[in-house]
Amino acid sequence: MKATRFLSGTSLICFVISLTGCQNVPVLNPKGPIGAADLHLIFVSFVLMLLVVVPVIIMAIWFPIKYRASNANAHYDPKWSHSFRIEFIVWTVPAIIVGIMAVLTWRDSHRLDPFVPIKSATKPINIEAVSYNWKWLFIYPDQNIATINKLVFPVNTPIRFDVTSGSVVTSFFIPQLGSQIYAMGGKKSQLNLLASETGNYFGQNQQYSGDGFTEMNFPVKVTTQKGYKIWLQNIKQSPDKLDLTQLHKISKPGIGYPVTAFSHVEPHLFNKILADLKMSSHVSRGYKLTSNNSEGY
Amino acid sequence: MLGKLTFSAIPSTEPIVMTTLLVMLIIGTGILAIITYYKKWTYLWQEWFTSLDHKKIGIMYIVIALIMLLRGFSDAVLMRMQQSIAEGHSHGFLTPSHFSQIFSAHGSIMIIFMAMPFMAGLMNIVVPQQIGARDVAFPFMNSVSLMLTAAGAGLVMISMALGEFTHAGWAGYAPLTEKLFSPSSGVDYWMWSFQIAGVGSLLTGINFLVTILKMRAPGMTLMRMPVFVWTVLVSSVLIVLAFPVLTVALALLALDRYADMHFYTSGMGGNIMMYVNLFWVWGHPEVYILVLPAFGVFSEVVATFSSKRIFGYKSLVYATACIGVLSFTVWLHHFFTMGAGGDVNAFFGIATILIAIPTGVKIFNWLFTMYRGRVRFTATMHWTIGFLTTFAIGGMTGMLLAIPPADFVLHNSLFLIAHFHNMLIPGVLFGFFAGYSYWFPKAFGFPLNEKWGKRAFWGWQIGFYVAFMPLYMLGFMGMPRRMEHYNNPAWQPYLIVAAIGTAIILIGIICQNIQLYVSIRDRHKTRDLTGDPWDGRTLEWASSSPPPVYNFAVIPEVHDLDAFTDMKEKGIAHKRPEKYRDIVMPRNAPHGIVIGAFAFLFGFATVWYIWWLAIVSLIGIIASIVVRSQQEDTEYVITAEEVKAIEDERFRLLVSTERPYVNTDSKSSQTYIEAIT
Repeated sequence: MKATRFLSGTSLICFVISLTGCQNVPVLNPKGPIGAADLHLIFVSFVLMLLVVVPVIIMAIWFPIKYRASNANAHYDPKWSHSFRIEFIVWTVPAIIVGIMAVLTWRDSHRLDPFVPIKSATKPINIEAVSYNWKWLFIYPDQNIATINKLVFPVNTPIRFDVTSGSVVTSFFIPQLGSQIYAMGGKKSQLNLLASETGNYFGQNQQYSGDGFTEMNFPVKVTTQKGYKIWLQNIKQSPDKLDLTQLHKISKPGIGYPVTAFSHVEPHLFNKILADLKMSSHVSRGYKLTSNNSEGY
Repeated sequence: MLGKLTFSAIPSTEPIVMTTLLVMLIIGTGILAIITYYKKWTYLWQEWFTSLDHKKIGIMYIVIALIMLLRGFSDAVLMRMQQSIAEGHSHGFLTPSHFSQIFSAHGSIMIIFMAMPFMAGLMNIVVPQQIGARDVAFPFMNSVSLMLTAAGAGLVMISMALGEFTHAGWAGYAPLTEKLFSPSSGVDYWMWSFQIAGVGSLLTGINFLVTILKMRAPGMTLMRMPVFVWTVLVSSVLIVLAFPVLTVALALLALDRYADMHFYTSGMGGNIMMYVNLFWVWGHPEVYILVLPAFGVFSEVVATFSSKRIFGYKSLVYATACIGVLSFTVWLHHFFTMGAGGDVNAFFGIATILIAIPTGVKIFNWLFTMYRGRVRFTATMHWTIGFLTTFAIGGMTGMLLAIPPADFVLHNSLFLIAHFHNMLIPGVLFGFFAGYSYWFPKAFGFPLNEKWGKRAFWGWQIGFYVAFMPLYMLGFMGMPRRMEHYNNPAWQPYLIVAAIGTAIILIGIICQNIQLYVSIRDRHKTRDLTGDPWDGRTLEWASSSPPPVYNFAVIPEVHDLDAFTDMKEKGIAHKRPEKYRDIVMPRNAPHGIVIGAFAFLFGFATVWYIWWLAIVSLIGIIASIVVRSQQEDTEYVITAEEVKAIEDERFRLLVSTERPYVNTDSKSSQTYIEAIT
């Protein structure tokens, strides 16, 4: 790991970003430690592999040109088919590079496992994300509020997402912040993220989930601690409350569900959703995007 | 009577589909009319559809593959056009439901009905000839495999006209494919077409495993088998181990859909990720099933056109076997984002990265085969060099995706799409195209036009880079795959460039069509009378082009890896045998095509719940097998006199030839000419 650290460095990352333009390339321009670590790993591996790939491409062009049939000066040795030295190199050099990458993979698969909480002095915020056809429901259990199709949280605060699906498999992803995780009906997955800069980002479903899939994106607003408190107070003014009747409406398939905030949430709603998916197939989970069952236009 | 099938199954409200159908109907009727007008039905039936000759079965496989390539490519064009315009207020010309059927059909067709038949076709044409055999181990089963593949392809095609195709992607993740979310005919068409073609592929795997292990010419030990044969052997083992998993995975899905069971539901004890696991336990070996034979083609091509022995043969063989074993240990890398935890993800990540070692060894072996060779820049060699340079890039991006934390930000993005096209287009498709132009003269007796072949290559090569490099960037920009519409103006310029790339690939495909036309037009001028147009090194070049039905009048004896080069050097390449013997060959059989037709009807009937027809078709399949197995008179004899007449004619032509394609400084070719004169 020490051997690879010098290859990376932030300078390389900055250089590539300056080539491509910042705002539009979220993966290369992370706004949090998870995304930055994911990216760091991509760069280190990329540089390591260039050690093999560049010579391969050069040889693949150089050899046939040099040994072209019309070049009578080139050495021709039709029976030459074995060289211990070359064989040794072509097995060991890739093996060494793969060995280094394997060590990195082992370390970072554990370190950057989405389930692993982020260490921070700040108390984490819990958010429960549920995907429906085709919208996202976000429950803030500790604050007892919920939103649809919009996510707000403060900067430099670890966010612990519990993720599940009220319909088919989807994938919860905020490209600027790093890792994604599948949302699966009846199963709870976890994702730990942290934003180190305030700003307006976007989140989306990364896994095809039917006709309204492309509309499953949502704005992500990372605020200051103060801004977050003001936002919470505003939500508490909302007349909408999220109970099971309301949830039933949300679970119906449709696109264009407006950004909604609920000032009160049915207790243990996330666990109820999980249990419901596990136990029954009665929840209305339709399939087809038609005008009469889509809502919220 | 007709189950769920009604007139509403015809997509009459979709103008794009209806126009396509109309065009296909006109072309189809035209072809049928021409066949009828020239009274070719009997010829087709006797010489092709009922033939058990491995060479003809191989050609029919490749015909299916090329037709399906055009269909799959049309889907690609539609997707690229849609994505290049559908930003913001513009929603393009495809509805979400139509777009999802198109990307699902593109993937399904390109893997199962283009790449698989192409591979099976090359295996069929080449393997028996390379191992010095007269046919495969089970010639009749071979015909059944072909017809089952054709039946599956037929189901995919008819889904355009009646009903729809799946919208859930080629991998068909549960629970989206469950009845609750996908009640229409689409998923059923996908499921049954995969199921039927999958059985065909399984039979092919068994057939070639046995053929290679039991039917090699005397002297051809395992370590004297051409690399292509080795790759087909490993690929066959993978088929035999992997395809039953697909069969079971789809059968359980069928139980869910038809019998209301709960294998892959979220609730009621089902497990959605069980499907995903089973699918990729088949699906990952499947990509190696395709890519290994393509590697085999490159190995043959690079040795022949460098006029040099393959470098590091043993390394290549062991690398192939390593890849075969490792291919079963990596399936979870398709869904690291399931969140299986650090240990599981790290295991599958490292297993995936390990595959780079044997693959890298192979690439170096091909490079060092060219080193100190005499490289001839034929069209076939263009595909090979294009592969070597491009595949290295795809391998590198694959290694990135193999690292779980890197995959967490790139999974299901266009980066992934760019990566696997960067493997499959150069790795598989270029390989099969190289095989197509390399063995074309062997199959038909005249070569493909070189000039148009090189133009086709450049179309594909440049088109590939223009079409897929922007997709890597779009992956970093966070664009998910499978979007029929998006609200991000920054993505659009890249998608427009990608669409232009597709247009350049189209030029390549047009060149391939012209190439075929020009080559057939000039066939009398370019006829290959030698049987060995490239100064080949392996046994398939020892016979005439095209070979007689029995391939070898006398089964050759093998003393070296490059068996035919060895014979040419010893001056015995075309020695007349002292006497000929009677040869026993399998008779034509109509049962294969009948079983294929019943399998098609069975699939169609189950898609539409026409139960009486499903039962009749099943009985038909079983009855055909029973009838066939009762037959005793399944072979015929070519007498020694007939063989002598055919061989005498061949030697007469051989002596009269000059060898236009051969690099004349090659020592082996000079010896060759001495040997026949």
